[in-house]
Amino acid sequence: MTTNTSPRRRLKLSVVLDHSVLIIGAAFMIVPVLMLLQMTTVADLINMKTGPSLMIGDQLDDNFMKAMFKADGFAGDNTGLRMLINSLILGLGFAAGKIVLGMMAAYAIVYFRMRFATLAFWIIFTTLLLPLEVRILPSYEIVQKLGMLNTFHGLIVPLIASATATFFFRQFFRSIPEELVEAARIDGAGPVKFFIDILVPLSQTMIAAMFIIMFVYGWNQYLWPTMITTDEDMFTLVRGIKQIAQSQEGTTLPEYGRSNMLALIAILPPVLVVVFFQSWFVKGLTESDK
Amino acid sequence: MAQVTLSQISKVYPNGAKAVKPASFDIPDGEFVVLVGPSGCGKSSMLRMIAGLEDISTGDLHIGERRVNDLDPADRDIAMVFQNYALYPHMTVRKNIGYGLQNRKIAKAEINRKVAEASALLNLDDYLDRKPSQLSGGQRQRVAMGRAIVRDPELFLFDEPLSNLDAKLRNQMRIEIKALQRRLGVTAVYVTHDQVEAMTMADRIIVMNAGNIEQIGTPFEVYNRPATTFVASFMGAPPMNLMEGTITDGQVRIGDLVVAQNLDHPAGPVTVGIRPEDIIPDAAGQMKIEVSLVEELGAHRLLHGTLGGHPLSVYVSKDNEVRPGVLHVSLKQNAVSLFGKDTGARLS
Repeated sequence: MTTNTSPRRRLKLSVVLDHSVLIIGAAFMIVPVLMLLQMTTVADLINMKTGPSLMIGDQLDDNFMKAMFKADGFAGDNTGLRMLINSLILGLGFAAGKIVLGMMAAYAIVYFRMRFATLAFWIIFTTLLLPLEVRILPSYEIVQKLGMLNTFHGLIVPLIASATATFFFRQFFRSIPEELVEAARIDGAGPVKFFIDILVPLSQTMIAAMFIIMFVYGWNQYLWPTMITTDEDMFTLVRGIKQIAQSQEGTTLPEYGRSNMLALIAILPPVLVVVFFQSWFVKGLTESDK
Repeated sequence: MAQVTLSQISKVYPNGAKAVKPASFDIPDGEFVVLVGPSGCGKSSMLRMIAGLEDISTGDLHIGERRVNDLDPADRDIAMVFQNYALYPHMTVRKNIGYGLQNRKIAKAEINRKVAEASALLNLDDYLDRKPSQLSGGQRQRVAMGRAIVRDPELFLFDEPLSNLDAKLRNQMRIEIKALQRRLGVTAVYVTHDQVEAMTMADRIIVMNAGNIEQIGTPFEVYNRPATTFVASFMGAPPMNLMEGTITDGQVRIGDLVVAQNLDHPAGPVTVGIRPEDIIPDAAGQMKIEVSLVEELGAHRLLHGTLGGHPLSVYVSKDNEVRPGVLHVSLKQNAVSLFGKDTGARLS
């Protein structure tokens, strides 16, 4: 630009209004997190006395160590670290299981000439109306009878059937041009090869999107882990925090610092997943080369 | 390389639609055959049956000595180029070309050698590590060609490969494909709806309409001796003029005008076909055309008008200055084709 226009743009009322709304909204979301952060920096006694305040204490490292490595309960295995690992296993297994199963189901529905394929799809789809909570008792009974209580597969496998993933992958596969399938057939790629060599790489962005949703969903599971895991070393973060925050017995104080620290740690992985995969998302949307 | 034999091949879709009525023809080794026809005429179904992408409802298909009706596309030793190229978008050009070989468990060094050979042939050397999305339409077309030739198939199949290209590139690729096929000497079946492509590329043309084969012949035969009124009106731009006429006393007339002598056929109504370029302006000519519109085409002029009430077009060279109005013309020798009025078939 060669012309020298005034650098200062005039503030328009609508701009001010838009930004105010956004700033208020952002503050509304961030303040609880900041409160959480503040409470992790002070000792539990002060938290008990004053509640959240503006004071930044010096107990951050202490609370962190307690959160990650202090164990309580009977067996003494449910350290924060252990719970974090459990949660990660659940989240990853849950997301991966749903993606793999959903992709394979969608592959069968879209690419194979089966009788009643459409009917099968809609039956799968209607299971969206039957969330886990509706069938939790029979599910529990099955897992219990199979002896899968307090195991990771007991935690993950009953949850991985996914109408959502099947639906999204079905829609995506249907948008892949027919000629690609035919070209692959002529190139001698059988069903398995086509799936692995062509469909999976083409679905990358879809897989990333599903992974974001499903990982967060799995990470945040509360009811199911609560029922399936009774051993303390199988606890997930989300389930374990409550245990700690509530433990006010006799003269012991509730461990605000530790539980809030754990809450912060529990927020982190989903945030990281979203932040990391978001770039994939954008890449997939702009570099559409189908 | 192989001869392809179709005997009584037909296609009936599950909904009862007869896409291809029983058809038989041979394609000799190394010949370039073009299937041409309007959309929905069954030419694509025919090609897809040869490829093995559609089941053959009845009849036998042989490629070389083998009956291939029940073979998978991959086992038929064919290669196909699709209209939208169907390149694998996530693979580099190199991988796209080599994918078929890789699936056939061919050694890596051999694949590399063949890919290099194909890319050299198609001037793709600079693009081997690019993805299809980074290529232009013509380059993608070449990659699709590369994918076909790298396998040394017995038979090339082309499904309207040029219709996604712009006109200029289309002309260029047309020549390239034809030259490549000549050089490799591979039998080829090419489907198009564009009669110019058919005329320019084919050794033999198969004209299809509504599931029927209307005519099989060299471009020259198809153009000059169309077997039916459909072929006459489909091949050639502008198409052949078709007018209602009669034969009486060995003379072919349009209205009162005698356009030809014909002693072979009984008297009665006929359809008279005359190519627009077979009508020449001639001050002494007996035919009078009422010219209503002149299209300037540069090298030629296309006149639209009527002859005895029948609409008609005339193709004259640029040397003939013509204005709307009455134009005297005469016909070239043997310019008149006669077709049965009801059957539409050529009366030879």
